[in-house]
Amino acid sequence: MDNVVELKKVNKIYGEEIKTQVLYDVDLSIPKGSFQSIVGASGSGKSTLLNIIGTLDKASSGDVWIGGENIKELSGKDLANLRNQRIGFIFQFHYLLNEFTALENVLIPYMINKGKPGKDAVKRAERLLDLVGLTKVKNNLASKMSGGQQQRTSIARALMNSPQIILADEPTGNLDSESSESVYEIFRKVNKQEKTTFLIVTHDDRIAQKTDKIIVVKDGRIE
Amino acid sequence: MGLSYLIAWRFLTSTKTQTLLIICGITVGVAVQVFLGSLIFGLQTSLVDTTIGRSSHIVITSDNFSKTINKPQVIMSEIETFEEGVKNLSFAVDSAGFVSFKSETLPVLVRGFSLQDAERIYGFQEFIYEGRMPQKVNEIIVGKDLAQEIGVQVEDFVFISSSAGNRERVRVTGLYDFKVAAINQTWLVTPAKTVQNIFGFGNRVTSIEMQLEKVFSAQEIAQRLETVLSEEDLILENWMDQNEQLLSGLRGQSVSSYMIQFFVLVAVTLGIASVLAVSVVQKSKQIGILKAIGIKDQNASAIFLFQGLLLGVVGSILGIFSGYALLTMFTTFARNPDGTPVVPILINVRFIVISAIIAVMVSVVASFVPAKYSSRLSPIEVIRNG
Repeated sequence: MDNVVELKKVNKIYGEEIKTQVLYDVDLSIPKGSFQSIVGASGSGKSTLLNIIGTLDKASSGDVWIGGENIKELSGKDLANLRNQRIGFIFQFHYLLNEFTALENVLIPYMINKGKPGKDAVKRAERLLDLVGLTKVKNNLASKMSGGQQQRTSIARALMNSPQIILADEPTGNLDSESSESVYEIFRKVNKQEKTTFLIVTHDDRIAQKTDKIIVVKDGRIE
Repeated sequence: MGLSYLIAWRFLTSTKTQTLLIICGITVGVAVQVFLGSLIFGLQTSLVDTTIGRSSHIVITSDNFSKTINKPQVIMSEIETFEEGVKNLSFAVDSAGFVSFKSETLPVLVRGFSLQDAERIYGFQEFIYEGRMPQKVNEIIVGKDLAQEIGVQVEDFVFISSSAGNRERVRVTGLYDFKVAAINQTWLVTPAKTVQNIFGFGNRVTSIEMQLEKVFSAQEIAQRLETVLSEEDLILENWMDQNEQLLSGLRGQSVSSYMIQFFVLVAVTLGIASVLAVSVVQKSKQIGILKAIGIKDQNASAIFLFQGLLLGVVGSILGIFSGYALLTMFTTFARNPDGTPVVPILINVRFIVISAIIAVMVSVVASFVPAKYSSRLSPIEVIRNG
């Protein structure tokens, strides 16, 4: 099976004078279409690992391949394009643009890539909002929605450009158990229907247990 | 780019008070520019107009023995051929003499013109308050003060005599008031032939006078004419050399006005830059998230440049209207006892357009700092710090 993500001997050290090593020689392969979770105590380095995979953070040493490309060799522009077209991010704190409606937020990744959205793009965004159950509130400003609605909007946004992999950092961390369950179900549905790869950092054992594989990070190492 | 513009617009409309404050700042800045600039422009134009509007900008006289120009027509046609900047051109025959009416005799300056040409320079017609302009030889108009002093009225006859003893009876056809006592007391205005006959000038004249299209080109044109005119011993005098003090006053005024305008601009720039700098920090989270989902650095900074542009455009338009309103108020309320405005305001469209363009440019420049910050902002800082 092809790997969407591959990490070889990735180290991450923070700080110039006082150095703190967060990741130690991490090797990791994420196969295409897989549905995996990363668990670990807080401070174990799991979020750092996810951010490095998402090209938001840089490894201090080692190599990261995404879709077969070594990200070391990519320029800032190429990295921006990679994040826009191949990766979908879902964060714990939703991070929508409050000045825009749910539908507009979902369309932003498309607009970054292709400019003004046409009818097809709007239809796709509406379909995604329907998938996450937000058709009724699609024209509400992000700031006027509940936490669960905002998180579901950010899921729709992450799916907009049909990325190869969705990286979710504590996607249910701020939600009640009912909302968490519905978020998990949406993930599963997308994984099955569109063969999108999922990598989910989570504290929530119930979610982790339902994934195909659990990657445990402890003190910066994968166990 | 479209997305950057859209985000800029939404950012501005989502923080209304902040946006309103910054627009007010630009509006006040542009209004002060427009008001002050138009005021100084109006003041200077009216000052220049009162000083030289009804007089010659360049006067040509002769330095030969008789102090007269022998072939005025030749010189005038040379001027017309070589110099396009000349608006009105006329010759004058001036001589000191005496005027007598009944028992009174007073010294006067008899000024003979080709009246049609001279009318365009001096606008005598406008200043005649009784009677009419002279039309033929031996008809004159007399100034108000002189007329009162010797008790002469329209249609009276007076005598003009030269120091050589010539004496001629002339008819007073009108009375004028030039609003300048020195002129009203001494000038008698008449067709050139009258002066040439009485004072024995023949066909010669004493000076050639001209007004220019652009008053401030007088020095330059005078210098050029000096090289092209064929007659020798000519003296060219221009108003700028003769009014050094006025000119340096005008220059001082311009410089101080520029200084004020410059510092207003600096204040506006700093204001916009500081508000936008605050705004970019407020919006760090949004910028970070946009970068995480793939917006390019240049488009992230374009958001703030567009904000600067939008603020500049709206502020400038409002500023022009406010400045115009201020001007209208000023001309309405600040008036002389006779009802004319203290300073006649002239709307200089070019100046206003330039002010507006500068304000817009300054707004964009002021947004460089936040734009740079936005471009450098790394998404991970936002993600990690929540």
